[in-house]
Amino acid sequence: MRLKNLCFLALPLLITGCASTSGTWGWYVINPNTPSGLANIKFLLNGFGATITLSIIAALLSMTIGMFVALPSISQNRWVRLPSRIYVEVIRAIPLLPMLFWVFYGLPVIFKSMGLNISIDPFWGAIITLAISDSAFTAEIYRSGIQSVSKGQTEAAKTVGLNYTQTMRYVILPQAIRRILPPLANQFIYIVKMSAFASVIGMQELTRRANELVVTEYRPLEIYSLLILEYLVLVLIISFGVRWLERKMDADESK
Amino acid sequence: MPSEQHAIEITNLNKWFDDFHALKDINLTINQGERVVVCGPSGSGKSTLIRCINDLETHQSGKITLTDTQTNIGMVFQQFNLFPHLTVMQNLTLGPMKALGMSKADAEARAMKFLERVRIPEQADKKPRHLSGGQQQRVAIARSLCMSPEVLLFDEPTSALDPEMIAEVLDVMTDLAGDGMTMIVVTHEMGFARKVADRMVFMDAGEIIETGSPKEFFSKPKSKRCKLFLEQILQH
Ligand SMILES: Nc1ncnc2c1ncn2[C@@H]1O[C@H](COP(=O)(O)OP(=O)(O)O)[C@@H](O)[C@H]1O
Ligand SMILES: [Mg+2]
Repeated sequence: MRLKNLCFLALPLLITGCASTSGTWGWYVINPNTPSGLANIKFLLNGFGATITLSIIAALLSMTIGMFVALPSISQNRWVRLPSRIYVEVIRAIPLLPMLFWVFYGLPVIFKSMGLNISIDPFWGAIITLAISDSAFTAEIYRSGIQSVSKGQTEAAKTVGLNYTQTMRYVILPQAIRRILPPLANQFIYIVKMSAFASVIGMQELTRRANELVVTEYRPLEIYSLLILEYLVLVLIISFGVRWLERKMDADESK
Repeated sequence: MPSEQHAIEITNLNKWFDDFHALKDINLTINQGERVVVCGPSGSGKSTLIRCINDLETHQSGKITLTDTQTNIGMVFQQFNLFPHLTVMQNLTLGPMKALGMSKADAEARAMKFLERVRIPEQADKKPRHLSGGQQQRVAIARSLCMSPEVLLFDEPTSALDPEMIAEVLDVMTDLAGDGMTMIVVTHEMGFARKVADRMVFMDAGEIIETGSPKEFFSKPKSKRCKLFLEQILQH
């Protein structure tokens, strides 16, 4: 009840705020026609570099780790499968934020107790944590992609004399890749969004910069609106890329 | 004509899927050049038997001896199992190039020879999905032949085909039989069996119930189960 009332109160506030000059919205803070506004915009947009670099390196690492987790997970032998299963279940269950805290604040304590004086660099701490967290999902994408190729294909490969490696390389993976690429590209969108959490350990990417500016300018509404717009643009561009990839693969398919 | 030389000896073969006894004490010897047709009701273990022979299934007791240790066993599946991402030609050359170490030119020459043999040389550069079912199965047969098998196994090669395409596949198989290839064929095509088989094998519930020449087999089956099966299958 109370929540609903609040909403009703907030709605006219928001609408009138836009139209009036009463100060609900104060776009001056990011008005490119003023020197300070322009400086603020530049400061915010400069986060793109870090967010993109962070996401790309983390995604590449995640794709690599995922491969090493997925390969044993398709074994016939349950004891070979088990470690992969455990890895996926455990990593997938840990939320990213606690994992980041653990790596950034917890891990150095362990290093210290071992007599090592290692502090974690926010950039690499964030990349590695993101990559590990995401690798559970990429591993599952690989596994289901490979397993979606019918058992008859493996059997046919065997009857024409191919060994395991050859079967994978020439028969299974070329077919699996079509089912792996689109979800893998989708997963990249998640990494980009999750990279916002890197802000809490001091990584100066998009979100961190927005937070810092809010502290000095007291204009959370405008600054966070722009922040959301920044992610929206980034993700939409990736989405277009994914669509293009899918269309291209469909076109190849029908050749 | 089959020789007296054994190609495959199966003795006391037993196979379980968990606690389901799928093959019970199978004894069967196949001579070189012999054409054996295996029939029996669905679920009787025909596929399991030939899959044990070429190692696609493991067995729990008994022995399968390939007399020549180099024996190459080819297999033709009910669902063709062609490689969909490769052209017909690539389907045929993959094994010879990767497993036998042949050069591309040699493998392609051999592939072409067998495509002519199955009467579809003009389809070499197409992807399997652009071929009819009958053509796909003939490609699958050519793919097996490219590995120079001593024994060729067929698991209901015409069961997934539209009726009008069955004959073209059986014709190719009859042709192969005429060349003295050792063949084990699981099929319900009794016309083909009459024409081609040296020996009939009837299976039911994981056992070989009876074997015999096609002549005895079709005119006076010994067991009741076999008689019943033949009546059902010859009705249409
Ligand atoms: N992979 C498997 N796991 C468990 N049971 C199986 C498996 N494959 C076959 N079977 C069982 O073994 C029996 C024989 O199967 P199959 O050899 O395919 O029969 P057929 O080819 O004569 O129709 C059937 O009852 C079938 O359900
Ligand atoms: Mg079968």
